[in-house]
Amino acid sequence: MIDFQGYGPRLLDGALLTFELAVLSLILAVALGLLAASAKLSGSRLAHGVATFYTTVVRGVPDLVLMMLLFYGGQIGVNMLTDQLYYAFDIDIFININAFVAGVVTIGFIFGAYMSETFRGAFLAVEEGQMEAARAYGMSGWLAFRRIRFPLMMRHALPGLGNNWMVLLKTTALVSIIGLTDMVRVAAEATKATHEPFLFMIPVALGYLAITSVSELVMLWLRKRYDTGFEEQD
Amino acid sequence: MQQWLTEIAPWLAQNDIFTPATLAQYWQGLVNTVQLVFISLLVGVVLAVPLAIARGSRWPWLKWPIWFYTYIFRGTPLLIQLYLAYYGFAFIPGIQETWLWFFIDDPTYPALLAFTLNTAAYTTEIFRGAIKATPRGEIEAARAYGMSKVLAYRRIILPSAFRRALPAYGNEVIFMLHASAIASVVTIMDLTGAAYYVYARFYSPFPAFIFVALVYMALSFGIQGIFRQLEKRMLRHLRSGS
Repeated sequence: MIDFQGYGPRLLDGALLTFELAVLSLILAVALGLLAASAKLSGSRLAHGVATFYTTVVRGVPDLVLMMLLFYGGQIGVNMLTDQLYYAFDIDIFININAFVAGVVTIGFIFGAYMSETFRGAFLAVEEGQMEAARAYGMSGWLAFRRIRFPLMMRHALPGLGNNWMVLLKTTALVSIIGLTDMVRVAAEATKATHEPFLFMIPVALGYLAITSVSELVMLWLRKRYDTGFEEQD
Repeated sequence: MQQWLTEIAPWLAQNDIFTPATLAQYWQGLVNTVQLVFISLLVGVVLAVPLAIARGSRWPWLKWPIWFYTYIFRGTPLLIQLYLAYYGFAFIPGIQETWLWFFIDDPTYPALLAFTLNTAAYTTEIFRGAIKATPRGEIEAARAYGMSKVLAYRRIILPSAFRRALPAYGNEVIFMLHASAIASVVTIMDLTGAAYYVYARFYSPFPAFIFVALVYMALSFGIQGIFRQLEKRMLRHLRSGS
């Protein structure tokens, strides 16, 4: 077995944090992406404008800069807000921003923008005839969305979704820069202490490769599931 | 730059954060970022073209090592690659005495190494896809004209593949610009490094980071505009009508 010089358990904790961070950010990103995609497709000009502004800003600015802005600025922003509350209404609260939550919110916020483009294209690819058929069956709006539009949309969205997930996973490495102890940060600290970069960086790299490889299998399974009924055409 | 700064100094007199000194810092950051990204992209493309051709080779000992290289570099975070390039050499015992020391002395070199290898891996796959998508008819026509394989690549396959790769490559350029923000981690004063410095010095995250975000946005849209123009000119034959 490789001797991690006592860093083994911390590396495992870091790997767990990376995974949790990635999965929670993905959930937030999908939710935000669906919301922004719906906003872009809705008739409302205000909703369309807000969603377009959101995706344009996120795609024009590096992840790390947004992360630093939200992470370092978030606490100060919240403090300013609570100060205002105190002066105006005499409400005294203190909200401490948790680094992990900040990481999830930031990565979810960033990838929500990328997801919205994926979902928008996928929603547009659903044939209107399918929705008309659903309505003809007397399905309500929500039921038709859940049973018809969403599954059909997912079939088109899956390849893009899978790509975004892979990029998101690698982006989580950036949280090590703003102070979260994910596996990259543990490896960097261990490297500085022991002067053995390869001993720590290569297992971490393999950790990422392992997660991506498992994800590809999950993607394959999902694609098969959402392709049900389409096999003959492909 | 220096003269320009002294000229605008009076306007900045009321401003605590955006003094001529911090603007100079941002300017140096911009120069460093553009240099890093430009050199990495240039060397990356030069490496990627032969790699993409070899990736489609029939010989397994040529094809699989390249597949492995792109798999590793696209499957792991650039930050890890940067750490490996930065610390990987620095801790070799006795390296201070060898000529390799220049490489560690200036963090720009390890950063260039990591960025170049990373963008070359992505670009290889982009070109590979574009070469694979070459219409069979074009290759057959080249062969019918009696072109050798090399000539067909040079005159037919590569020019047509480059055009098809253009949109994806434009995204890669913007991706690289954004990814280069991590250079500040290995003490390079790039744009993000400058923003962090200003933030730490004045403890004011909003002006420091929003300003730098706007600079990155301007750069991104500039690159996007250039590629859109290029696409318009080079993919003209693919548009319907006219």
